[in-house]
Amino acid sequence: MSELAPILVVRNVSKHFGGVQALNKVSLDVFPGEVVALAGDNGAGKSTLIKAISGVFQADEGDIVLDGRQVAFVSPQEARDSGIETIYQDLALADNLSIGANIFLGREPIRRLFGFLPVLDRAKMAEAARTTMEMLDFHVTRLDAPVAAFSGGQRQAVAIGRAIFWNARLVIMDEPTAALGVPEQLKVIALIHSLKAAGKGVIFISHNLRDIFEVADRVVVFRRGENAGERKPNETTSDEIVRMMVGK
Amino acid sequence: MAEPATKGPAYTTILVRIAELRAWLFLIVLIVFFETWARLAYDVSFVLNTYNLQSISVFATAPLLLALGQTFVIISAGIDLSLGFVMGLASVIAAHTANYVQAVLGLPPFLSMMCGILAGIAITFFPGLVNGWLIAYLRVPPFIGTLGMYGVARGSAYLFAGGMTISINNDWYSAIGNDRFFGVPLLVILTAIACIIMHYYLSQTRFGQHTYAMGASQAAARRAGINVKNLTMKIYLLSALMAGVAGALYTGRFTAGAPQAGEPLLLDSIAAVVIGGASLFGGSGNIWGTIAGSLVIAVIQYGLVFINVEPFWQFIAVGAVIIISVLVDQTQRRFLGGRQVE
Repeated sequence: MSELAPILVVRNVSKHFGGVQALNKVSLDVFPGEVVALAGDNGAGKSTLIKAISGVFQADEGDIVLDGRQVAFVSPQEARDSGIETIYQDLALADNLSIGANIFLGREPIRRLFGFLPVLDRAKMAEAARTTMEMLDFHVTRLDAPVAAFSGGQRQAVAIGRAIFWNARLVIMDEPTAALGVPEQLKVIALIHSLKAAGKGVIFISHNLRDIFEVADRVVVFRRGENAGERKPNETTSDEIVRMMVGK
Repeated sequence: MAEPATKGPAYTTILVRIAELRAWLFLIVLIVFFETWARLAYDVSFVLNTYNLQSISVFATAPLLLALGQTFVIISAGIDLSLGFVMGLASVIAAHTANYVQAVLGLPPFLSMMCGILAGIAITFFPGLVNGWLIAYLRVPPFIGTLGMYGVARGSAYLFAGGMTISINNDWYSAIGNDRFFGVPLLVILTAIACIIMHYYLSQTRFGQHTYAMGASQAAARRAGINVKNLTMKIYLLSALMAGVAGALYTGRFTAGAPQAGEPLLLDSIAAVVIGGASLFGGSGNIWGTIAGSLVIAVIQYGLVFINVEPFWQFIAVGAVIIISVLVDQTQRRFLGGRQVE
């Protein structure tokens, strides 16, 4: 991978909340087609880092470079517009809207009725939902159904589908398998492989070391807001990762 | 990877559809009931009576105008308790302004009326923006923020009115509130136009779509890049503006501005939205349901008077319909397997 330029470079990023140093000079690279797993105990700074990357808040110090360009997003919207999609544990879907409406949430397509009256382009949203979900091997018959009607894995696929549809460069996934049963977890792992195959960079946060070993190309371990080292899954064991996480 | 596309068998879809249309079913049941009673007891028709239809539809206009704005608020998982007295405030300001412009500035009645209506609607920017600001920026719960505004609007309306009703003497203005166009009351035509515009906003624009999204999950809306604060401001402003329209029209209908114009209508507006299929937890509801809900209330109120039943029964009847409606809503949610209370 060394011949490719990294999609994302994080250099010496720090962030504190009041007296609490949440991140202390943390660094991270993500290359195209690479899945980087962030491991760490609760409060290690994983979520803080991804929030700094995805524009939820700004880092106090340090550089975030996306595709060779230094960035300082002031909102999640700006990060999305630059190709960073974040998929949260609790999915961040509007349960009462259709798959298409969720894919387009916040950037709905508009067509002109009778040539002048702007209306939502539902046909376009449904079509995008159909093609995107097919790409992820979900065959949806009821495109107008609210996503509340679908299973957890299918809903996770909607969130991932949103990232694919908008052609994200970097997909950040925060505990994507946490709320799912085992078959659905496998499905999400398969979805991550398809993101990787599509050349996206993926940052993957999980407490589940089995998932991490299953899917990651690199494991970056955080401890108390600092880098505690990184390993390739085939060159380490879960015991070693746990030791790095707890600092023994 | 072959999984069923949705949970549950197909008949749940049909049940959900029926539940969504419950307000219209209520309406049909009520009309059949009053029609039967009127035929049996008085040998007259309830429905095939132009006067009845005109009265019921005019009766429904004011609560419906409030309910249109309330629909957006409730879908966004909020509530607006200030609407009744915002309507009263608008009614008083409209009457004062129309009188002042005509008597002091000497403008003709039509222009005086227009100034009155515009001033009545314009004054509602204040309560609308303050409600939105309290809820969006200061994170005051909608119930409390708008309850505060209920008091402020109530006091202001009575102060502006000097504790009285403000009569107007303007033929144009009273015509707006009382004349008919080919038998259809102008109030009904104006309210129908408002319904079409609100239906368009709710079902066909990003604003409407984002209102639904925010009602389902404010976090999801925010993460999707929707400016939730701005959206909240717009929703409460819209709600207040509709109360302003209702107040300005009230002044025409009764040829007077009255601080208490909307006092009994606030609960009717919430009831209409809930009977119309919206959930008070947010995320669901639509304008068609709200129209049906308003008609249900108007038919109950007018119908009980028509069949000569003690008028106090209307409170019991409307209350029962609200409770049934909420029970249907909860049952439907259970069938859908969706979220209950979050």
